[in-house]
Amino acid sequence: MRTLVYILQKEFIQIFRNKAMLPVIFVMPLVQMLILVFAATNELTHVNIAIVDQDHSSSSRNLITEINGNPFFRVKQNNAPNEAVDLLMRNKIDIALVIPQKFEKDLINTKATDVQILVDAINGTAAQLSYGYLSNIISSYNRGILINSPQIQSMKNIVIKPGYWYNPQLNFKYYMAPGILVVLVTVIGMLLGGMNLVREKELGTIEQINVTPIKKWQFIAGKLLPFLVIGLFDLAFGLFIARITFQIPMRGSFFLLFGMAAIYLFLVLSSGLFISTISSTQQQATFVSFFMLIVFILMSGLFTPVESMPDWAQKLDYANPLYYFVKIMRSVLLKGSGFFEIFNEFAALSVFAFLMFGLAIFMYRKTS
Amino acid sequence: MNRFRAFLKKEFYHIFRDPRTLIILFGIPIAQLLLFGYVMTNEIRDVKIAIVDHSRDDLSKRLTQKILSSGFFKLATVPASEDDYERLFKSNKIKEIIIIENDFAFHLINKGKAEIQVIADASDPNTAQLLVNYTTAIANDFVKDEFLKGQNPPGINIKSRMLFNENLRDAYNFIPGLIAVILMLISAMMTAITIAREKETGTMEVLLASPLKPIQIILGKVTPYMILSIINALMILVIGIFIFKVPVIGSLALLLGEILLYIFLALTLGIMISTFVSTQLTALAISGFALMLPSILLSGFIFPIKNMPVPLQYLANLMPPRWFVEINRTVMLKGGGLDVVWPNTLILLGMSVLFILISIKKFKIRLQ
Amino acid sequence: MQNRTEPVIIVKNMVKKFGDFVANDNLNFEVYQGEIFGFLGANGAGKTTAIRILCGLSSPTSGKMRVAGYDVYHQAELIKQNIGYMSQKFSLYEDLTVYENIRFYGSIYKMKTSERKARTEEMLKKLGLTAYENRRIGDLPLGWKQKLAFSIAILHNPKIVFLDEPTGGVDPITRRQFWNLIYEAVEKGITVFVTTHYMDEAEYCDRVSIMAEGKIVALDTPINLKKSYNASNMDEVFLKIAR
Repeated sequence: MRTLVYILQKEFIQIFRNKAMLPVIFVMPLVQMLILVFAATNELTHVNIAIVDQDHSSSSRNLITEINGNPFFRVKQNNAPNEAVDLLMRNKIDIALVIPQKFEKDLINTKATDVQILVDAINGTAAQLSYGYLSNIISSYNRGILINSPQIQSMKNIVIKPGYWYNPQLNFKYYMAPGILVVLVTVIGMLLGGMNLVREKELGTIEQINVTPIKKWQFIAGKLLPFLVIGLFDLAFGLFIARITFQIPMRGSFFLLFGMAAIYLFLVLSSGLFISTISSTQQQATFVSFFMLIVFILMSGLFTPVESMPDWAQKLDYANPLYYFVKIMRSVLLKGSGFFEIFNEFAALSVFAFLMFGLAIFMYRKTS
Repeated sequence: MNRFRAFLKKEFYHIFRDPRTLIILFGIPIAQLLLFGYVMTNEIRDVKIAIVDHSRDDLSKRLTQKILSSGFFKLATVPASEDDYERLFKSNKIKEIIIIENDFAFHLINKGKAEIQVIADASDPNTAQLLVNYTTAIANDFVKDEFLKGQNPPGINIKSRMLFNENLRDAYNFIPGLIAVILMLISAMMTAITIAREKETGTMEVLLASPLKPIQIILGKVTPYMILSIINALMILVIGIFIFKVPVIGSLALLLGEILLYIFLALTLGIMISTFVSTQLTALAISGFALMLPSILLSGFIFPIKNMPVPLQYLANLMPPRWFVEINRTVMLKGGGLDVVWPNTLILLGMSVLFILISIKKFKIRLQ
Repeated sequence: MQNRTEPVIIVKNMVKKFGDFVANDNLNFEVYQGEIFGFLGANGAGKTTAIRILCGLSSPTSGKMRVAGYDVYHQAELIKQNIGYMSQKFSLYEDLTVYENIRFYGSIYKMKTSERKARTEEMLKKLGLTAYENRRIGDLPLGWKQKLAFSIAILHNPKIVFLDEPTGGVDPITRRQFWNLIYEAVEKGITVFVTTHYMDEAEYCDRVSIMAEGKIVALDTPINLKKSYNASNMDEVFLKIAR
């Protein structure tokens, strides 16, 4: 046991004397939280809209005023529908509204009148959301007009009262940041752990260690524990930055959060070690790890929901540790989920961590 | 000329004998295609929800039926009580709860207005909004079916057209951008690494001392990656068109021309980077950080640039991929011609010239 | 001090193959307690492969080997507790200080702190490096690093110390000083197994074995070898054998 303490002492000394590692430990959380989170946003800040008013009535102008008054929409007005389509083509606007000629007349006579909305639908989500916003404005304008006409009194209407729980401001950063924290922790674990092992192999110090009576578990623990601690530190640092820059909610138990992170890091670091023992060169190992990492990240539900993925992809995700950890982070941070509510994810991660650690110990040979 | 051909052959051997390079050149594009074509989507499909029907009358039952048969929603569970709501959200069992008020039919028919509460888990704000929008749309449709026999109610009706991507397929959004990312990877990053490798191993000096002219050396290094880039770009296009049914509405010639221009730009960028670094690892680090990350995050490939904070938008404007992705989308999906994309084209040209000039200057400095 | 009746290393029919390539082809020899045993040969002859097997770093293809009384196949960990090792790269941690390196290795060999401290002080005084205890290894000149690496390799008083090309890259005077350290270690009863491609160092050994292409082609004292091959120094012996 004393030996382990000395081993850890040595590892920490080496880490902090390594000029390449220190900037990574401190700069990476900053870059990820400040740039990544702010860049990776699907939140609509504004919508560029062109309104084609073919009616020029007070009703149409009122509607335009409504839309203008909404800070979300930036209005360009023009007179011909094909001009609007052209603007859409030239990427100058996202959405166009065409108000037909008999707009006011039809409204006064309580007849139906069609307005046309043209949406640049290349980004499907953005398109649906901006369409949603615009149609809400038009619907409430509609209700406002019809409210007094007698015929309308007999109209039926289901009123939807939405409630957005856990994120009423619909802040997209709250959705992305926990996921990016997962990426941060993963990359720190893999990058630093990997760099460390590469250095040892290249310098030949691994041979020197293998020839001593050091026990396998002591060696491996010495490789894992320091980076576990650093990973957790970076998680805390990243959370801190997220808190002061955009007030990320932190509803759940810290103990739970960091406990899960420890298990996750354990898994990541063991995997890194395992991969390096089965690769013939360390370069190959780093390579394979990063390739797999990219795939895992994209499939983890960080950017797009897992439930939207095809069934085969969802099944594959059962083997994706990032999927579980992203879910845990989001649930604990944003919703305050407790241990029993994330039990399934905890179980999966623990099993994987256990397996990987076992594999790493089994595969690591002091004698080759 | 023979010397050059021999040099070229050696370069191709390097590439095809190194499994890592092959993975980058072919594995990554194909994996990305699979992921972005099939997996990364925000499509709403069989989302687990709960429905609490306080009325349990004919009308509410029919509404429930309509919601559940839409294909968007799936009934996961019935909450025991209001206290259960939190637990269900926190354990990620459902994403939305629909609560139908008491005396639904009575309110709707006699009072003309009935209320439905829709609580959405907004930890994923985009999905939450989409869910509420879909629920609202279904409810409105329901009213139309039940009371207006499918006729349009008086007042404003919205006719929408989703332009350029009628079926809201995410592949349309991603494939044009994917070409930019992959080309940056192959033409820029790989070029930078391969030239850096010669410098690192010292063989660059040997080459420079040989009868090969410097321009021949550079061309020799760059040509294989140019060819591979063209092959890759074509592969992505073909797969995009035939498998993911992404259309090419605009001029194919223009598209191919722009792709060649971008490849040229990426190659000059790779060369320029290589003049600044002395080891492969540095080349990799810089390319990864300064090329790949912006290509993915700041190019509009996944996340719309206009939603980012303004400083990041300026940063994005400095990145070549941002301009190229726009060209791609405009030409492929909107059918825009040179008259629309000429500003972008000019910018890409200008950047290439800039990179070449910088590379030449750095090279001359080195020779002195 | 030699004790001819007590072999500390016994090698019988040792074979090591890498695929089809035979790196060690049926080696047979014994090393006695207190000897300086030289393992010579050109680069690629198989020396490093053999030494790695004896240290438990690599597993042999076949043969019977015992080191320090333990079996190489099943008791490798026990062997490691009783040997010291210094490789061509003499991998002391460059970014750690002298003191930190010693503390680390001392703890792995389970030395008591008091014992370790005492021996360290003694060792540093002898080497004249007491003032450099807190200096990083990377900052020290090559010759000092080599001597330090050797001294640390024997700090825990192992039965045998394996040295794999320990004196590469230093001037003859420094090499001579290194060999003085080896003599001192032998006087304390430590057996020294050293590989080298410097033929003049062969003269310093009690017995020398010469490897070529995976086989042992000569094994005797330097004096006897020079007589048999009618050579005035080991260089000539080697050239004559290689022909």
